[in-house]
Amino acid sequence: MSDAAGSPVAEPFEDLEQERAARRLGMWVFLATEVLFFGGLFTGYAVYRAGHPAAFAEASRRLDVLLGALNTSVLLTSSFTMATAVRLAREGSGRRARAWLALTAALGAAFLAVKGFEYAEKFRERLVPGASFGVEGPHAPAERIFFSFYFVMTGLHALHMLVGLGVVAAVARRLRDDGPVELAGLYWHFVDVVWIYLFPLLYLVSRHA
Amino acid sequence: MTVRELSGRGAATILAALLALTALTTAVAYADLGRFAAAVAIAIATAKALLVAFYFMELRASSRVVRVYAAAGILFLALLLLGTLDDSVRRLPASDETPAGASR
Repeated sequence: MSDAAGSPVAEPFEDLEQERAARRLGMWVFLATEVLFFGGLFTGYAVYRAGHPAAFAEASRRLDVLLGALNTSVLLTSSFTMATAVRLAREGSGRRARAWLALTAALGAAFLAVKGFEYAEKFRERLVPGASFGVEGPHAPAERIFFSFYFVMTGLHALHMLVGLGVVAAVARRLRDDGPVELAGLYWHFVDVVWIYLFPLLYLVSRHA
Repeated sequence: MTVRELSGRGAATILAALLALTALTTAVAYADLGRFAAAVAIAIATAKALLVAFYFMELRASSRVVRVYAAAGILFLALLLLGTLDDSVRRLPASDETPAGASR
Protein backbone atom coordinates (compact mmCIF):
# COMPACT_ATOMS: atom_id res chain seq x y z
CA MET A 1 0.00 0.00 0.00
CA SER A 2 2.67 2.53 -0.85
CA ASP A 3 2.57 5.36 -3.36
CA ALA A 4 5.28 7.07 -5.39
CA ALA A 5 6.17 9.48 -2.58
CA GLY A 6 7.14 6.54 -0.39
CA SER A 7 4.35 7.13 2.10
CA PRO A 8 2.58 3.97 3.28
CA VAL A 9 -0.78 5.75 2.99
CA ALA A 10 -2.64 5.55 -0.33
CA GLU A 11 -3.61 8.72 -2.20
CA PRO A 12 -6.97 10.02 -0.90
CA PHE A 13 -6.36 9.21 2.77
CA GLU A 14 -4.89 11.38 5.51
CA ASP A 15 -3.43 8.59 7.57
CA LEU A 16 -3.15 4.82 7.73
CA GLU A 17 -5.92 4.40 10.29
CA GLN A 18 -8.36 6.30 8.06
CA GLU A 19 -7.38 4.17 5.06
CA ARG A 20 -7.93 0.98 7.07
CA ALA A 21 -11.30 2.13 8.32
CA ALA A 22 -12.34 2.83 4.72
CA ARG A 23 -11.18 -0.60 3.51
CA ARG A 24 -12.95 -2.31 6.38
CA LEU A 25 -16.18 -0.41 5.69
CA GLY A 26 -15.91 -1.29 1.98
CA MET A 27 -15.76 -4.98 2.85
CA TRP A 28 -18.77 -4.69 5.15
CA VAL A 29 -20.75 -2.92 2.39
CA PHE A 30 -19.90 -5.82 0.07
CA LEU A 31 -20.94 -8.33 2.73
CA ALA A 32 -24.28 -6.52 3.18
CA THR A 33 -24.96 -7.08 -0.54
CA GLU A 34 -23.96 -10.72 -0.07
CA VAL A 35 -26.52 -11.09 2.72
CA LEU A 36 -29.21 -10.12 0.22
CA PHE A 37 -27.67 -12.28 -2.55
CA PHE A 38 -28.14 -15.34 -0.32
CA GLY A 39 -31.27 -13.78 1.22
CA GLY A 40 -33.34 -14.31 -1.92
CA LEU A 41 -32.62 -18.04 -1.74
CA PHE A 42 -33.36 -18.20 1.99
CA THR A 43 -36.67 -16.43 1.36
CA GLY A 44 -37.63 -18.81 -1.44
CA TYR A 45 -36.70 -21.72 0.81
CA ALA A 46 -38.88 -20.34 3.64
CA VAL A 47 -41.90 -19.95 1.35
CA TYR A 48 -41.71 -23.52 0.04
CA ARG A 49 -40.94 -25.01 3.46
CA ALA A 50 -44.00 -23.23 4.89
CA GLY A 51 -46.06 -24.65 2.03
CA HIS A 52 -44.70 -28.20 2.16
CA PRO A 53 -43.60 -28.94 5.75
CA ALA A 54 -43.99 -32.73 5.56
CA ALA A 55 -42.15 -33.07 2.24
CA PHE A 56 -39.29 -30.85 3.46
CA ALA A 57 -38.98 -32.94 6.65
CA GLU A 58 -38.91 -36.15 4.60
CA ALA A 59 -36.39 -34.83 2.06
CA SER A 60 -34.15 -33.41 4.81
CA ARG A 61 -33.90 -36.88 6.38
CA ARG A 62 -32.31 -38.12 3.14
CA LEU A 63 -29.23 -35.96 3.86
CA ASP A 64 -26.34 -37.35 5.90
CA VAL A 65 -26.54 -35.46 9.20
CA LEU A 66 -23.16 -36.76 10.43
CA LEU A 67 -21.34 -35.44 7.35
CA GLY A 68 -23.24 -32.16 7.69
CA ALA A 69 -22.28 -31.77 11.36
CA LEU A 70 -18.69 -32.77 10.57
CA ASN A 71 -18.46 -30.15 7.82
CA THR A 72 -19.99 -27.51 10.11
CA SER A 73 -17.29 -28.25 12.68
CA VAL A 74 -14.56 -28.15 10.01
CA LEU A 75 -15.74 -24.73 8.83
CA LEU A 76 -16.07 -23.30 12.36
CA THR A 77 -12.54 -24.50 13.10
CA SER A 78 -11.31 -22.81 9.91
CA SER A 79 -12.77 -19.53 11.17
CA PHE A 80 -10.74 -20.00 14.36
CA THR A 81 -7.54 -20.64 12.38
CA MET A 82 -8.31 -17.60 10.19
CA ALA A 83 -8.80 -15.37 13.25
CA THR A 84 -5.49 -16.69 14.59
CA ALA A 85 -3.73 -15.88 11.29
CA VAL A 86 -5.07 -12.30 11.40
CA ARG A 87 -3.88 -11.87 15.01
CA LEU A 88 -0.39 -13.18 14.16
CA ALA A 89 -0.16 -10.97 11.06
CA ARG A 90 -0.97 -7.94 13.23
CA GLU A 91 1.72 -8.94 15.68
CA GLY A 92 4.18 -9.03 12.80
CA SER A 93 4.72 -12.81 12.82
CA GLY A 94 4.32 -13.20 9.07
CA ARG A 95 5.74 -16.70 8.91
CA ARG A 96 3.44 -18.08 11.60
CA ALA A 97 0.49 -16.22 10.10
CA ARG A 98 1.25 -17.93 6.77
CA ALA A 99 1.20 -21.35 8.45
CA TRP A 100 -2.23 -20.65 9.99
CA LEU A 101 -3.50 -19.42 6.62
CA ALA A 102 -2.31 -22.70 5.07
CA LEU A 103 -4.20 -24.58 7.80
CA THR A 104 -7.30 -22.47 7.09
CA ALA A 105 -7.08 -23.30 3.38
CA ALA A 106 -6.58 -26.99 4.17
CA LEU A 107 -9.74 -27.01 6.31
CA GLY A 108 -11.63 -25.19 3.53
CA ALA A 109 -10.45 -27.80 1.03
CA ALA A 110 -11.50 -30.58 3.43
CA PHE A 111 -14.97 -29.02 3.63
CA LEU A 112 -15.23 -29.02 -0.18
CA ALA A 113 -14.00 -32.62 -0.37
CA VAL A 114 -16.73 -33.79 2.03
CA LYS A 115 -19.27 -31.71 0.08
CA GLY A 116 -18.13 -33.35 -3.16
CA PHE A 117 -18.47 -36.79 -1.59
CA GLU A 118 -22.01 -35.89 -0.48
CA TYR A 119 -22.92 -34.64 -3.96
CA ALA A 120 -21.67 -37.93 -5.45
CA GLU A 121 -23.83 -39.85 -2.97
CA LYS A 122 -26.89 -37.81 -3.93
CA PHE A 123 -26.26 -38.53 -7.62
CA ARG A 124 -26.01 -42.25 -6.84
CA GLU A 125 -29.21 -42.13 -4.80
CA ARG A 126 -30.94 -40.30 -7.69
CA LEU A 127 -31.80 -37.31 -5.50
CA VAL A 128 -30.66 -34.73 -8.03
CA PRO A 129 -33.63 -32.87 -9.56
CA GLY A 130 -33.98 -33.74 -13.21
CA ALA A 131 -35.17 -36.51 -15.48
CA SER A 132 -33.64 -39.24 -13.29
CA PHE A 133 -35.00 -37.92 -9.95
CA GLY A 134 -35.80 -41.14 -8.11
CA VAL A 135 -38.10 -40.13 -5.22
CA GLU A 136 -41.62 -41.50 -5.46
CA GLY A 137 -44.76 -41.04 -3.39
CA PRO A 138 -47.14 -38.18 -2.66
CA HIS A 139 -44.39 -35.77 -1.61
CA ALA A 140 -42.15 -36.33 -4.64
CA PRO A 141 -42.82 -32.97 -6.38
CA ALA A 142 -42.13 -30.93 -3.22
CA GLU A 143 -39.10 -33.10 -2.36
CA ARG A 144 -37.73 -32.21 -5.77
CA ILE A 145 -38.09 -28.54 -4.81
CA PHE A 146 -36.23 -29.18 -1.55
CA PHE A 147 -33.33 -30.76 -3.42
CA SER A 148 -33.28 -27.88 -5.92
CA PHE A 149 -32.80 -25.52 -2.96
CA TYR A 150 -30.23 -27.89 -1.46
CA PHE A 151 -28.06 -27.96 -4.56
CA VAL A 152 -28.38 -24.27 -5.45
CA MET A 153 -27.77 -23.01 -1.90
CA THR A 154 -24.91 -25.38 -1.05
CA GLY A 155 -23.53 -24.91 -4.59
CA LEU A 156 -23.49 -21.12 -4.28
CA HIS A 157 -21.90 -21.52 -0.85
CA ALA A 158 -19.25 -23.89 -2.27
CA LEU A 159 -18.51 -21.32 -4.98
CA HIS A 160 -17.89 -18.76 -2.23
CA MET A 161 -15.57 -21.26 -0.54
CA LEU A 162 -13.58 -21.61 -3.78
CA VAL A 163 -13.28 -17.82 -4.02
CA GLY A 164 -12.24 -17.79 -0.35
CA LEU A 165 -9.45 -20.31 -1.05
CA GLY A 166 -8.18 -18.05 -3.85
CA VAL A 167 -8.31 -15.00 -1.58
CA VAL A 168 -6.43 -16.80 1.21
CA ALA A 169 -3.72 -17.89 -1.24
CA ALA A 170 -3.43 -14.31 -2.53
CA VAL A 171 -3.12 -12.60 0.87
CA ALA A 172 -0.68 -15.24 2.16
CA ARG A 173 1.89 -13.75 -0.24
CA ARG A 174 1.60 -10.20 1.07
CA LEU A 175 1.70 -10.44 4.84
CA ARG A 176 4.01 -7.47 5.36
CA ASP A 177 0.78 -5.45 5.57
CA ASP A 178 -1.93 -6.92 7.80
CA GLY A 179 -4.73 -5.04 5.98
CA PRO A 180 -5.44 -7.56 3.18
CA VAL A 181 -5.44 -10.58 5.51
CA GLU A 182 -7.93 -8.84 7.80
CA LEU A 183 -10.32 -8.25 4.86
CA ALA A 184 -9.86 -11.86 3.70
CA GLY A 185 -10.78 -12.90 7.24
CA LEU A 186 -14.02 -10.90 7.15
CA TYR A 187 -15.02 -12.62 3.90
CA TRP A 188 -14.05 -16.08 5.19
CA HIS A 189 -16.08 -15.63 8.40
CA PHE A 190 -19.08 -14.41 6.40
CA VAL A 191 -19.06 -17.58 4.30
CA ASP A 192 -18.89 -19.51 7.58
CA VAL A 193 -21.98 -17.64 8.86
CA VAL A 194 -23.93 -18.58 5.72
CA TRP A 195 -23.18 -22.25 6.40
CA ILE A 196 -24.17 -21.83 10.09
CA TYR A 197 -27.71 -21.22 8.77
CA LEU A 198 -27.60 -23.71 5.88
CA PHE A 199 -26.76 -26.64 8.18
CA PRO A 200 -29.92 -26.59 10.36
CA LEU A 201 -32.20 -25.43 7.54
CA LEU A 202 -31.18 -28.24 5.18
CA TYR A 203 -30.00 -31.11 7.41
CA LEU A 204 -32.06 -30.68 10.57
CA VAL A 205 -35.62 -29.89 9.42
CA SER A 206 -36.91 -32.81 11.44
CA ARG A 207 -34.94 -35.81 12.62
CA HIS A 208 -37.32 -37.35 15.15
CA ALA A 209 -39.76 -40.14 14.19
CA MET B 1 -10.71 3.45 16.91
CA THR B 2 -8.82 0.89 18.93
CA VAL B 3 -9.34 -2.73 17.97
CA ARG B 4 -9.59 -4.82 21.09
CA GLU B 5 -7.58 -7.90 20.24
CA LEU B 6 -9.10 -11.32 20.66
CA SER B 7 -6.42 -13.35 22.45
CA GLY B 8 -5.50 -16.87 21.40
CA ARG B 9 -7.25 -18.25 24.44
CA GLY B 10 -10.30 -16.06 23.76
CA ALA B 11 -10.53 -17.35 20.18
CA ALA B 12 -10.26 -20.95 21.41
CA THR B 13 -13.11 -20.32 23.87
CA ILE B 14 -15.30 -18.98 21.07
CA LEU B 15 -14.50 -22.04 18.94
CA ALA B 16 -15.41 -24.36 21.83
CA ALA B 17 -18.75 -22.56 22.25
CA LEU B 18 -19.43 -22.79 18.49
CA LEU B 19 -18.72 -26.54 18.43
CA ALA B 20 -20.87 -27.10 21.53
CA LEU B 21 -23.78 -25.21 19.92
CA THR B 22 -23.36 -27.33 16.77
CA ALA B 23 -23.66 -30.50 18.87
CA LEU B 24 -26.67 -29.01 20.69
CA THR B 25 -28.59 -28.07 17.53
CA THR B 26 -27.92 -31.53 16.07
CA ALA B 27 -29.09 -33.26 19.27
CA VAL B 28 -32.32 -31.25 19.67
CA ALA B 29 -33.24 -31.95 16.05
CA TYR B 30 -33.91 -35.54 17.20
CA ALA B 31 -36.31 -34.37 19.92
CA ASP B 32 -39.95 -33.81 19.13
CA LEU B 33 -40.23 -30.04 19.53
CA GLY B 34 -43.31 -29.82 17.33
CA ARG B 35 -43.80 -26.45 15.74
CA PHE B 36 -41.01 -24.90 17.80
CA ALA B 37 -38.32 -27.01 16.09
CA ALA B 38 -37.58 -24.41 13.41
CA ALA B 39 -37.53 -21.53 15.92
CA VAL B 40 -35.07 -23.40 18.17
CA ALA B 41 -32.80 -24.26 15.22
CA ILE B 42 -32.82 -20.63 13.99
CA ALA B 43 -32.17 -19.31 17.52
CA ILE B 44 -29.11 -21.56 17.98
CA ALA B 45 -27.82 -20.66 14.50
CA THR B 46 -28.24 -16.97 15.31
CA ALA B 47 -26.32 -17.38 18.57
CA LYS B 48 -23.48 -18.96 16.57
CA ALA B 49 -23.62 -16.25 13.89
CA LEU B 50 -23.45 -13.52 16.57
CA LEU B 51 -20.40 -15.17 18.17
CA VAL B 52 -18.65 -15.25 14.77
CA ALA B 53 -19.69 -11.68 13.89
CA PHE B 54 -18.84 -10.06 17.23
CA TYR B 55 -15.61 -11.92 18.02
CA PHE B 56 -14.05 -13.34 14.82
CA MET B 57 -15.32 -10.48 12.60
CA GLU B 58 -14.58 -8.03 15.46
CA LEU B 59 -17.92 -6.27 15.32
CA ARG B 60 -17.66 -5.65 19.07
CA ALA B 61 -14.61 -3.45 18.44
CA SER B 62 -15.81 -1.92 15.17
CA SER B 63 -16.75 1.69 14.50
CA ARG B 64 -20.38 2.75 14.61
CA VAL B 65 -20.59 3.14 10.83
CA VAL B 66 -19.46 -0.49 10.34
CA ARG B 67 -22.13 -1.65 12.77
CA VAL B 68 -24.76 0.36 10.91
CA TYR B 69 -23.81 -1.35 7.63
CA ALA B 70 -23.84 -4.78 9.27
CA ALA B 71 -27.28 -4.06 10.72
CA ALA B 72 -28.53 -2.70 7.37
CA GLY B 73 -27.85 -6.04 5.66
CA ILE B 74 -29.83 -7.87 8.34
CA LEU B 75 -32.62 -5.27 8.35
CA PHE B 76 -33.24 -5.56 4.61
CA LEU B 77 -33.08 -9.35 4.79
CA ALA B 78 -35.71 -9.21 7.56
CA LEU B 79 -37.95 -6.96 5.43
CA LEU B 80 -37.57 -9.34 2.47
CA LEU B 81 -38.41 -12.39 4.59
CA LEU B 82 -41.27 -10.89 6.59
CA GLY B 83 -42.90 -9.16 3.64
CA THR B 84 -42.77 -12.28 1.50
CA LEU B 85 -43.88 -14.71 4.19
CA ASP B 86 -46.70 -12.49 5.44
CA ASP B 87 -48.18 -12.68 1.96
CA SER B 88 -47.43 -16.27 0.95
CA VAL B 89 -48.36 -17.95 4.25
CA ARG B 90 -51.83 -16.39 4.19
CA ARG B 91 -52.39 -17.00 0.51
CA LEU B 92 -51.11 -20.55 0.09
CA PRO B 93 -52.36 -23.04 2.68
CA ALA B 94 -49.89 -25.84 3.45
CA SER B 95 -50.51 -28.28 0.64
CA ASP B 96 -49.24 -31.52 2.17
CA GLU B 97 -50.66 -31.41 5.66
CA THR B 98 -52.82 -34.46 4.96
CA PRO B 99 -51.25 -37.75 6.14
CA ALA B 100 -48.87 -39.28 3.63
CA GLY B 101 -50.65 -41.33 1.00
CA ALA B 102 -54.13 -40.16 2.07
CA SER B 103 -54.88 -38.63 -1.30
CA ARG B 104 -53.38 -38.16 -4.72
